[in-house]
Amino acid sequence: MQTVVSQTSPPKKSFLYDPKVRGIFYQVLLIAIVGYLFYMAATNAAENLQRAKIASGFGFLNNTAGFDISQALIPFSAAGSTYGDAFVVGLLNTLIVSAIGIFFTTILGFIIGIARLSKNWMVAKVAMIYVETLRNIPLLVQLLFWYIAVLGPLPQPRNSLEMGAGFFLNSRGLFMARPIFAPDAWMLPAVLLIGLVGAFLYRRWAKTQQERTGRQSPVGLVTLGLVLGLPILTWIVLALVGANPISFEVPRKGTFNLTGGMQILPEFVALLLGLTTYTAAFIAEVVRAGILAVSKGQTEAAGSLGLKPGQTLRLVVIPQAMRVIIPPLTSQYLNLTKNSSLAVAIGYPDLVQVFMGTVLNQTGQAIEVVVITMGVYLTISLVTSALMNIYNRRVAIVER
Amino acid sequence: MSTAVDMPRFVRAQQVEALPPPNLARGPVAWVRENLFSGPFNTLLTLVVFYLLYISVPPLAKFLVIDAVWSGSDRAACRADMGGSETGACWAFIWEKLNYFTYGSYTVSERWRVDIFFALLAVGVGWLLWLKAPRRDLGAVYFFWLFPVASYILLTGGNADFSGGFWLGFLIFGALLIAVFALMAAILKTSLRPALIVGGGIVGFIGITLALMDMDFGLQHVPTSLWGGVLVTLLVATVGIVFSLPFGILLALGRRSKLPIVRMASVIFIEFVRGVPLITVLIMANTMLPLFLPGDITVDRLLRPLIGTALFSSAYMAEVVRGGLQAMPKGQYEGAMSLGLNYPQMMILIILPQALRIVIPGIVNTFIGLFKDTSLVAIVGIFDVVKTIEASRIDPNWAAPTIGLTGYAFAALFYFIFCFGMSRYSLGVERRLAAGQKR
Amino acid sequence: MKKALVSIAFGLTASLLATGASAQATLNSVKQKGFLTCGSNTGLAGFGLPDAQGNWTGLDVDLCRAIAAAIFDDPTKVRYIPLAAKDRFTALQSGEVDVLSRNSTMTMSRDTQLGLDFPAINYFDGQGFMVRKKLGVSSAKELNGASICTQQGTTTELNLADYFRANNMKYEVVAFATSDETFKAYDAGRCDAFTTDASGLYSERLRASAPDDHVVLPEIISKEPLGPAVRHGDSQWGDIVRWTHMAMLNAEELGVTKANVDQMKTSDNPEIKRLLGTEGKFGEAIGLTNDWAVRIIKHVGNYGEVFEKNVGEGSKLKIKRGQNALWTKGGLQYGIPVR
Repeated sequence: MQTVVSQTSPPKKSFLYDPKVRGIFYQVLLIAIVGYLFYMAATNAAENLQRAKIASGFGFLNNTAGFDISQALIPFSAAGSTYGDAFVVGLLNTLIVSAIGIFFTTILGFIIGIARLSKNWMVAKVAMIYVETLRNIPLLVQLLFWYIAVLGPLPQPRNSLEMGAGFFLNSRGLFMARPIFAPDAWMLPAVLLIGLVGAFLYRRWAKTQQERTGRQSPVGLVTLGLVLGLPILTWIVLALVGANPISFEVPRKGTFNLTGGMQILPEFVALLLGLTTYTAAFIAEVVRAGILAVSKGQTEAAGSLGLKPGQTLRLVVIPQAMRVIIPPLTSQYLNLTKNSSLAVAIGYPDLVQVFMGTVLNQTGQAIEVVVITMGVYLTISLVTSALMNIYNRRVAIVER
Repeated sequence: MSTAVDMPRFVRAQQVEALPPPNLARGPVAWVRENLFSGPFNTLLTLVVFYLLYISVPPLAKFLVIDAVWSGSDRAACRADMGGSETGACWAFIWEKLNYFTYGSYTVSERWRVDIFFALLAVGVGWLLWLKAPRRDLGAVYFFWLFPVASYILLTGGNADFSGGFWLGFLIFGALLIAVFALMAAILKTSLRPALIVGGGIVGFIGITLALMDMDFGLQHVPTSLWGGVLVTLLVATVGIVFSLPFGILLALGRRSKLPIVRMASVIFIEFVRGVPLITVLIMANTMLPLFLPGDITVDRLLRPLIGTALFSSAYMAEVVRGGLQAMPKGQYEGAMSLGLNYPQMMILIILPQALRIVIPGIVNTFIGLFKDTSLVAIVGIFDVVKTIEASRIDPNWAAPTIGLTGYAFAALFYFIFCFGMSRYSLGVERRLAAGQKR
Repeated sequence: MKKALVSIAFGLTASLLATGASAQATLNSVKQKGFLTCGSNTGLAGFGLPDAQGNWTGLDVDLCRAIAAAIFDDPTKVRYIPLAAKDRFTALQSGEVDVLSRNSTMTMSRDTQLGLDFPAINYFDGQGFMVRKKLGVSSAKELNGASICTQQGTTTELNLADYFRANNMKYEVVAFATSDETFKAYDAGRCDAFTTDASGLYSERLRASAPDDHVVLPEIISKEPLGPAVRHGDSQWGDIVRWTHMAMLNAEELGVTKANVDQMKTSDNPEIKRLLGTEGKFGEAIGLTNDWAVRIIKHVGNYGEVFEKNVGEGSKLKIKRGQNALWTKGGLQYGIPVR
């Protein structure tokens, strides 16, 4: 199309050689093609929908759902709830499994990542084998494995394993006592809040104290006492004066299954196990790379200051490594959230299973359902990246 | 050192034979002490790890190897109530179903064609990955053109049966394209011949490809609904790779372009795709693609997830390539421009070869991800390896308690071999590149 | 520019690999292609099930074979496209399949709102439950508090909710995307009961690791008239599908079987003569040859034969004729006269 301008020919003045004009031409062409494709898709879709007599618009969200969902965090019933409610149920189920998964996978991932760098040969090798194995097997296979691994050995409900303290285990899941709150129960969160504020203030005081005098205070103990001890103490006191704030409903055996109490579905457990162990392998690599990025001189300097290896890790290496770790760590969290959509393979009612599965099938409104579902994931990931950018900017200011 | 001659000789002339180090600093015992029991904490760790291994490895070995059932013709071998053993994996089941896991329901008499496809794929992959292979440029042509066309003909049976109207349309399209090239040449006042050659070349190239696809080689048609197993998994992965690399490069260039609309379009596409789970993309391809096409055109069921995975992985590929482009020093761009190269020349001859080389590990990692993600097509009903295993699990002839675990162990092994192999390769390349950078 | 070229190339390949289906009359396009595309179940023993070599068998499959036999005189000229429950109607609407013969329930909304026609009902069914024998449950009314495995996106899921609500019972639903996953979970002990169409229960029970441990409960909680579906608006094609089924029914009624169809051609019974095309031009009226019914019966058999072979006493399912017996024997299958 374009040819190299030979040196002998005089420079041409044609506007065609103006890079700006060309740029505009290419962009107009791109818009035309993309626009044409969109136009074609839209008209075809409109025509196809009309021919198939499929309704359009978001009105279906107010229609009665007519089906039930096994795990719902908000009240949901086939008769009284709408497709919109089903959407909320699915979304909450996705969020809760992601949140709990992120919590556990962070702990596991950090342990394994640090273990990979351990001087202990056994520990390092085992951590490496863990990472290499889990990373190289598709999550779907792992989930299917966990599902039958979880489901297989569990007894039928009639021979539930009684684990004490109101816990029961059978093939319908894990059952536990459900707390029932008395009117006085508001005092517990209030006291917890007081404890948290107190702990925070004490930490600040301890820090200034240390900077001023060099004396260290038992921060950990005091924090624990304030945050955990205070509410427990309140509870005991309340119980003693006869106003027990929380009572428990223990599951009882019914015809088929245990009734009452709270139930954790085996699907949830399998999904959680799969997501946690799989993502932990990736987080371990992120952590390892982050720690390796902190130069050895830092560790040596910390050592020469007399810090113990544990302190070196906690006070010198990890804070610096965090700067490298956080961005990829966030994308692993996002991956975990997105991967929770594989729930559809093992029947856990997450957003994709409920909304892109049942609701899509019952209403046939593919476009609306797909747009909403993708929109949710997209929003989650865009918001996270926005937060990430803010964090990165803060970290960048700290840097010299 | 000549002064030493005059000095009194109280210094030994020969070196003393070095004594072996004390037993405690050398040998296996010392190694164990150093690496496993160097302190109380370390000792505790080692013991914990040993305990973990003790509770995990023996049962695993027992299940996978020691107690496993290696031969048998039906479920009896793997059921305790029918005289078999059900404490170990039922490898007999895998053995019996191996053909199904490899070919799916592909017409039995035609399975040699799939074998040739596997062989062609192996040749292509070897040619491209082995860095010292001869004529790797030809290898690229082979992998990105000859191999796809040959595979299409082999696997479907070719003979696409284009109608006369289609060929007429193609001729019009070709003539138009050549006319556009000629017109551009005329406007730019350059010679007409190269423009015609380039235009004719493109039209001829597409034409030959289409003609090959249309030709009747006397092969029996095998509908895609019969394909399955390893064939489909490798096919989805290969199409994803063949398509995602060039498309990902284009997207990365688009994202780095100075033209605002091109840049925006690329950014929107990349961020959109990276922000949603693959499974939603696959479901979208499955349910919405038919809606977006004119009523009388339908897309093959296997092609839909192929398009979905290919688009999905190209967005990830684009980000990897962008990393490479950003790592290029500005001097490379300026040098290329000062030589008078235009944008395509600069990119093709100078920037991309260097940029792609440094991101080979990233590209391979994307491929690993893509390969693992192919398992998701099972959810939209494509019979890949996972789905064939799932389908075999409920075969009543093989109803036994260990079938599920055995099937998943097989799947895990299959994916592990491929992914682990790829990651080792990427590590090797990384080391080679690092060696070059270290000077 | 490159991007543009890529888009064009992409559009081109997409349209290339696409198979042209029909805005034209389905019969013509089927004849032109040389085969019938039949949307079938992904695997339901007795109704539509491929073996490892890709050979399909079943009651629904035999309907497709019968249509192919009527058109081509060759029952093998069928391509089966296995469809999941959620994809089946889109596949038919988009022209990917010519006929959907996949135990689909005829309902008013499907008939009127989805652009479909149900020309015939080849199996009268209803939703039932299967439980383990050792639970000691003998009626669906005793399922209060049970957890029940079902396939999502089907009428089954909705009927289930209705039934338990109507009887004021509680239950826990565990929904899976495919019938395979659903049954696997039930078999693994995840649920107390498994629900689907009664025919499906018998068929799935065969796949249980111990089929004799399971029992189908007597209650039928819904009406599920299962039949082939075609696109709305092509009445000629709808006629062919309807009369293929009717020919098989009438053949059973008149005692014409696979074995004796050639002798029957010489029969003096005017009804048989009209059916087998020795009198009148009924075949040509629906765009086929006059011996269309002979072809169907010779290659596939009459309805009774097909039923017995696939789901009845001659099969592993051992389903009784019940509602699917001829009307003369107290069933609902009623052959419309060829006249």
